Amino acid sequence: MEVSYLLFILMLAVFLGFELINKVPATLHTPLMSGANAISGITVVGAIALAGSGEQDLAQWFGAGAVALASVNVVGGYLVTDRMLGFFKKKEG
Amino acid sequence: MDINLLIQLGYVVAAGLFVLGLKMLGSPDTARKGNGISAVGMLLAIVAALLDQGIVQYEFILGGMIVGGAIGAVAARSVAMTSMPELVALFNGVGGAASGLVGVSALSIATGNFQYVTIILSILIGGVTFTGSLIAYGKLSEMIGSGAITFAGQKFVNGLIVLGILYSAVMFITTPSDPTWLYAVVGLSLLFGVMVVIPIGGADMPVVISLLNSYSGLAACAAGFAVDNNVLIVAGSLVGASGIILTQIMCKAMNRSLSNVLFSGFASVSTAVTEVEGEIKPISVEDAYYVLEAATNVAIIPGYGMAVAQAQHVVKELMELLEANGCEVNYGIHPVAGRMPGHMNVLLAEADVPYDQLLEMDEINPRMESVDVAIVIGANDVVNPAAREVESSPIYGMPVINVSDARTVFVLKRSMASGFAGIENPLFYKDNARMLFGDAKESIGGLVREFS
Repeated sequence: MEVSYLLFILMLAVFLGFELINKVPATLHTPLMSGANAISGITVVGAIALAGSGEQDLAQWFGAGAVALASVNVVGGYLVTDRMLGFFKKKEG
Repeated sequence: MDINLLIQLGYVVAAGLFVLGLKMLGSPDTARKGNGISAVGMLLAIVAALLDQGIVQYEFILGGMIVGGAIGAVAARSVAMTSMPELVALFNGVGGAASGLVGVSALSIATGNFQYVTIILSILIGGVTFTGSLIAYGKLSEMIGSGAITFAGQKFVNGLIVLGILYSAVMFITTPSDPTWLYAVVGLSLLFGVMVVIPIGGADMPVVISLLNSYSGLAACAAGFAVDNNVLIVAGSLVGASGIILTQIMCKAMNRSLSNVLFSGFASVSTAVTEVEGEIKPISVEDAYYVLEAATNVAIIPGYGMAVAQAQHVVKELMELLEANGCEVNYGIHPVAGRMPGHMNVLLAEADVPYDQLLEMDEINPRMESVDVAIVIGANDVVNPAAREVESSPIYGMPVINVSDARTVFVLKRSMASGFAGIENPLFYKDNARMLFGDAKESIGGLVREFS
């Protein structure tokens, strides 16, 4: 893909990110952080292609390592965020 | 339909779901659903990635997913809410390491200088995030001392490391066939991560965690450039932006610049001696009970000490008793109370305190004058009036919760030792302040027993 095109996407995503996160109230900052953590596990998508290439041995092992680490983030991040958000309740009545 | 187009469409929808999920995190009512939507996006992205026809071998992928997923699931289920900062620090580090590894292994498919540069970037950011987070974890869990570690010539050593990284990066890009320089970048990045976090003290951890959170996203973003993948760039930069905003909020709440937080360990700490007039007035649990029993408006200001004493559940019990006694109870939460952004809110939510009673600093301060009793639990610097009154104080100008405006202030404290910042707190000497010495959990437990 063309470099300029990728940079274009980067710029838009950064601005969108700022807009979105600015609206998150302080009370949710910890879940926001662990939820963001889970999203940063997206690197698993890049790792999958590399781990499955079936070519160079070392690259494949590194890829598999990256899949494992990113999976910790994805699974752990979403589960713990869900667990935390489950605690947040409004006053009854 | 063309399978590649299908994959790309999958990524587009996934990115949309991430955005929607983050948007729903904007309110406690929709946050849980938002997190679920974001998770669906992730699942979709992973399925799309698995459809890639370049994949000829699935054993490595599945092996990695099973091992990593199991570790993540166990960690998420078993962690205590008081240890959330440690867990998030570890997850940051793991994410950074994953992106760094993607960078290393993308070497096998790299074709041009642009990709070599992005590989270097993902290794550099990923490596720094990894070891930096491990040090942050060590400090948070007190496995290593939480204080700032400094030594003579630290700046010089760091400068050398930066030069070394730059030199190795340039050498690698000019001779990419020789991976030795790449490994040098890996090693130096890991070392640099350690060096940048060791001089930062425990009380500044909210800033460090936020910053490392941002880095873990930026590392994924750089990896996205290295493997030419849009969804990595979008998701990575969303996380990067999120971490940067939290970092800003934390810095603002401490009235310090980011560079001051990152490098203040280097500056010789000025030990300004503030003359404090007045005397410490201890109070017994029994006397404290009589005051609380007559109160109609109570504000509770928690700090890291509440987490250490695991006092959140007994605090909630006291709150219920006070409310049954016809008293209004609110909580005042300072942005940097605890060891990560929102740390106190999660602890109190776990103890079943409704989130609409958790007020931010700007909400609680104007109400403070009508508060009968402000109970400070394990907080120190965030309620220090020196920030408003003593110009020579190191924390002068930092926004604090003005507990001294309340009619009476109870300060629950283990002993008279000063806070992490090592700053004398004139609050304890104010006429309306009463010290309730002892373990916070036991003191509040004592109050609960007096009520019932």
